[in-house]
Amino acid sequence: MHGAEIERLAQLLAKLPGLGPRSAKRAVLQLLKKKETLLRPLADALLKAADAVHECTICGNLDTTQPCYFCSDPKRDETAICVVEDVADLWALERVIDYRGRFHVLGGVLSALDGIGPDELRISGLVSRAKSETVHEIILATSATVDGQTTAHYVVDRLAGCDVMVTRLAHGLPVGGELDYLDEGTLNTALKARRAVDLP
Amino acid sequence: MQWTDDAIVLSARKYGESAAILHVLTPEHGRHAGLVRGGAGRRQRGNLQAGNQLAVTWRGRLDEQLGSFTVEMTAARASHWLDDPGRLGALTAAAAVVEAALPERESHPEVYGDFCALLDALDQDPEWARAYVRWELALLADLGYGLDLGHCASTGVTDNLIYVSPKSGRAVSADAGAPYRDKLLALPDFLRADAGGVPPDAAALTAGLVLTGHFLSHHVLEPHGGHLPPARLRLVDRLSLSATTSGI
Repeated sequence: MHGAEIERLAQLLAKLPGLGPRSAKRAVLQLLKKKETLLRPLADALLKAADAVHECTICGNLDTTQPCYFCSDPKRDETAICVVEDVADLWALERVIDYRGRFHVLGGVLSALDGIGPDELRISGLVSRAKSETVHEIILATSATVDGQTTAHYVVDRLAGCDVMVTRLAHGLPVGGELDYLDEGTLNTALKARRAVDLP
Repeated sequence: MQWTDDAIVLSARKYGESAAILHVLTPEHGRHAGLVRGGAGRRQRGNLQAGNQLAVTWRGRLDEQLGSFTVEMTAARASHWLDDPGRLGALTAAAAVVEAALPERESHPEVYGDFCALLDALDQDPEWARAYVRWELALLADLGYGLDLGHCASTGVTDNLIYVSPKSGRAVSADAGAPYRDKLLALPDFLRADAGGVPPDAAALTAGLVLTGHFLSHHVLEPHGGHLPPARLRLVDRLSLSATTSGI
């Protein structure tokens, strides 16, 4: 492959998730073959996104408006805030049509290995929001991992004194999960979180 | 090169798209790292949580290479305590302390055995925090910095021991330590050789953690440029908070 520009483009694309050096080169080739229909519109869209997309100062979501769509939409439930680790988790939860409350993106989990301490997470902002009279429930939707739950417990400690109900997502069987294929940890948490069934 | 051993997960960090670099504690090969292919994927990620017990096989072309692990879970410990902030805090603190304190690839079967006992205590012992403090004392002893809490360093008496010398790691009686009380560390009752079975309160447990933390920090970690891990500091904060409020 010749040309510093092509090499540079391939190197940058290879940094994206799901792309390695070879697949990045295939993507570059496709872009160059469809210069007018793909490459220029993509470059334009990237520039516009770089200029227009910002972190919401309230919840940490990525959006073109400030505050973001979730924080400014008056139709959303102001009394509940769902706390997630990352914007990707927010997008996943947004697919759940039963939840129409607001969100708060922590920006990661406590992790000594990655050098993420409490100061690197948006916990102070969450505590400020929880102190608001309109907020009644904080839903902790961090991962069911040691780091995710350690972060959740830390957030709970920080919310001490706030007049809110704190809940967390249930841990257990996934929909469509067959017991035989589940790991011991998932089965254990599912068993611990079993619920009574009403008899007819 | 290839070996198979039991292991306890200390940490796992995503590497590339789907792999993870796993750090484990094993009885025969000590603290050891290796690449787990697919370790960040859905099927393997749950197995690589701190505290889980695994059967691992390490392979590498040369002994000094990072090498790769194949793992099979033997006991899912981490999931037991996800809802329990105290026990989860103790687990993450223990894993972080072992990772910070032990040199890589140096066999420490006693440390592995003690870690297994700590995991059992977290599962079954209501006095898990006492077990944690004693585990750190045992770790210090295994690393060659054992504390002598049976006799007064100054007078040799065996009763009324309420201090520990921060330099020698030996107990000091109330009378001998009175002039230096500001410089000495507190020795909580439950760590004394003649301690009964009375469960310690949160304040005593915090004092115990301060004691072991001092020696871990000054003798084990700081000489190598390290510090007490954040997870360990958070455990002390949690117990300190309990000491000023209610239970653990």
